[in-house]
Amino acid sequence: MSKTTLTRRGVLRSGAVAGAGVALPTIFTASSAAAYTNEPTGSTVTLGFNVPQTGPYADEGADELRAYQLAVEHLNGEGDGGMMNTFSSKELQGNGILGKKVEFVTGDTQTKSDAARASAKSMIEKDGAVMITGGSSSGVAIAVQGLCQEAGVIFMAGLTHSNDTTGKDKKANGFRHFFNAYMSGAALAPVLAARYGADRKAYHLTADYTWGWTQEESIASATEALGWETVEKVRTPLAATDFSSYIAPVLNSGADVLILNHYGGNMVNSLTNAVQFGLREKEVNGKNFEIVVPLYSRLMAKGAGANVKGILGSTNWHWSLQDDASKAFVKSFGTKYGFPPSQAAHTVYCQTLLYADACQRAGTFNPCGVGQALEGFEFDGLGNGPTLYRADDHQCFKDVLVVQGKENPTSEFDLLEVVEVTPAAQVTYDPDHPMFAGGQLGTCNPGA
Amino acid sequence: MDAILLQTLNGLDKGSAYALIALGLTLIFGTLGVVNFAHGALFMIGSFCAVTLSRLLTLSFETVDPTKTDFLGNPAKVKTPYVEAWFGPEAGGTIIDWAVPLAIIFAIPVMIAIGYAMERGLIKHFYKRPHADQILVTFGLAIVLQEVIKYFFGANPIPTPAPEVFKGSFDFGMLIGMDANAVIYPYWRMVYFFFAALIIGGVFAFLQFTTFGMVVRAGMADRETVGLLGINIDRKFTIMFGIAAAVAGLAGVMYTPINSPNYHMGMDFLVLSFVVVVVGGMGSLPGAVLAGFMLGILESFASMNAIKAIIPGIDQIIIYVVAIVILLTRPRGLMGRKGVMED
Repeated sequence: MSKTTLTRRGVLRSGAVAGAGVALPTIFTASSAAAYTNEPTGSTVTLGFNVPQTGPYADEGADELRAYQLAVEHLNGEGDGGMMNTFSSKELQGNGILGKKVEFVTGDTQTKSDAARASAKSMIEKDGAVMITGGSSSGVAIAVQGLCQEAGVIFMAGLTHSNDTTGKDKKANGFRHFFNAYMSGAALAPVLAARYGADRKAYHLTADYTWGWTQEESIASATEALGWETVEKVRTPLAATDFSSYIAPVLNSGADVLILNHYGGNMVNSLTNAVQFGLREKEVNGKNFEIVVPLYSRLMAKGAGANVKGILGSTNWHWSLQDDASKAFVKSFGTKYGFPPSQAAHTVYCQTLLYADACQRAGTFNPCGVGQALEGFEFDGLGNGPTLYRADDHQCFKDVLVVQGKENPTSEFDLLEVVEVTPAAQVTYDPDHPMFAGGQLGTCNPGA
Repeated sequence: MDAILLQTLNGLDKGSAYALIALGLTLIFGTLGVVNFAHGALFMIGSFCAVTLSRLLTLSFETVDPTKTDFLGNPAKVKTPYVEAWFGPEAGGTIIDWAVPLAIIFAIPVMIAIGYAMERGLIKHFYKRPHADQILVTFGLAIVLQEVIKYFFGANPIPTPAPEVFKGSFDFGMLIGMDANAVIYPYWRMVYFFFAALIIGGVFAFLQFTTFGMVVRAGMADRETVGLLGINIDRKFTIMFGIAAAVAGLAGVMYTPINSPNYHMGMDFLVLSFVVVVVGGMGSLPGAVLAGFMLGILESFASMNAIKAIIPGIDQIIIYVVAIVILLTRPRGLMGRKGVMED
């Protein structure tokens, strides 16, 4: 004879557990039908382009979106093929990815981590995106990378320069083609020494968030290794618009170089303010006062106008490069849109092609298979010379450009000139370098 | 000593912008009783008046130069501004160079018209509504205006430099016997400070020494009584709204060489300017000006390394700390009048 043990409390407890299970977001639960999250079953595959369409980086996001659309056209066999013709891997045939026509959905990151995660989540859950890519900020990239890891899709980062993206916050499902702050320092330092000498005193103004901190650390470390002295490191609020009160004391500090670890609107305003204060016309310690902007973007340089003239910095890629791949991309993009692409456009175009190629080589869209195909992948023909997607941290290692604001621009796009192509070997570091310590890749997550 | 002088000077130009925006805000609040959160957008539109005039003056025709190529390798198109073609390269170049000061003339009628349209078209319908409604509608209007500007001008900052003669800086320290490079100050910031002083003086003189100003002041003190005397105070207040919009717009025009304008710059100033109005005393014009300069200077001091070493992050919160202290000790603000926003 059996005894029923149903109690009111037991029923409530069981109900609560069952309810919680039902309420759990579907992207975090297993589906017995699919082998991985959003496995494409029809004749198309959907990619999610998550870029800032509103907010301060909207122009950069618009350029990224143009490049994504171009990449999709090329993958589907439309247009002139762009860098697919110069890419060293010949797996892509212009018939989509693995025979499936490429479609895309877009999200607006607003350059806010929470908004970026929400739009990425929506593209994964509602639109069935099998890969998420994009972003114009390290904070956003790190946030979305974490979400993609949990959701079981690949994240191909856009414009993110913080060491943390492939350092302490690296994830098995995340991959970065763009260079990082350490590489900027390693590329810039020898050029700075050659131009300005080894006996210099540097004053840092740094945007007070993850990217600014890693940039400051990287540049200070690289310049101190040359013999430069760091006089002061001053953190400035990200929301600051007028930097005069931070710049005014620089001349009195004994420093003869000002390093602006700023990006976007911060860079435009701090550089404009520094030039207004006449820093570049001054002589300190018997030397000309110099300004350095370690991370340049042509779109941002445009905002600073003539103030960028003669100022050194670094960039991931520039449209004036004369290799076949860069020329093919500039021709393809320029013919379609009427102006040359930015470095943000270049990196996201590369990321889309690299993802598609990895799927082809792996023979699957499964994030673990795609990740494996990208890890340790060596390629060429995408505008940066021979490149390695390092398995240890999912960071691309390639040449870095040192650029300078052009003295006599011939057009509105002709703002920067390449003064040095720093070889990849010079910017390569060990996977366990202290600036990148503290995180683990973990294991890939296929989701379902 | 030099650091104190340096930050005082820095605070003056920052305070000038706060004071000009807060002056307009106070004029609108004092006359119409409206809390106008779209006032920062008027500052931003003023700066884009300078951008627009600069673009109008550089409108160009294209000629093909077969000796040069563009980024695609095609024969390059060379742009020549019509102004340079009409007046010669030198005179035309000078006109383009002076686009920002010339934009003052352009901005005054534009801003008055925008202010008038804003007041008649939207804000007058909210006079008798609670302040919360006014804040919501004007804040919404500010967002609409900035999105319109972004649609036409993009999200990136647009460089709009000062005339060549005002570029660079001068050694203020050496003028008063200090060491070289001790106190450097940009020419244009000095221009901005004197311009702000002129506008502020002009507004006060207008209110103090004209019949129109006297009626407006009377209306600010007791609207009902002025109305009973047969004066159409609403019409005068509408004109004041236009004047307040022009003041904010002119502050924006002259600010463009200091920081390249972008669609969001109004919001950057708006919150701080409201703090300035509250600290100065709601409805008090002298209070708004005094608080604008005071908070500008304090903000500059707070960003000194020596101060930040003692209280990290003080540069981000100083204005709000001062606001709390002043409102605790003087609840009506520095020069606030009894009865304003107390019912």
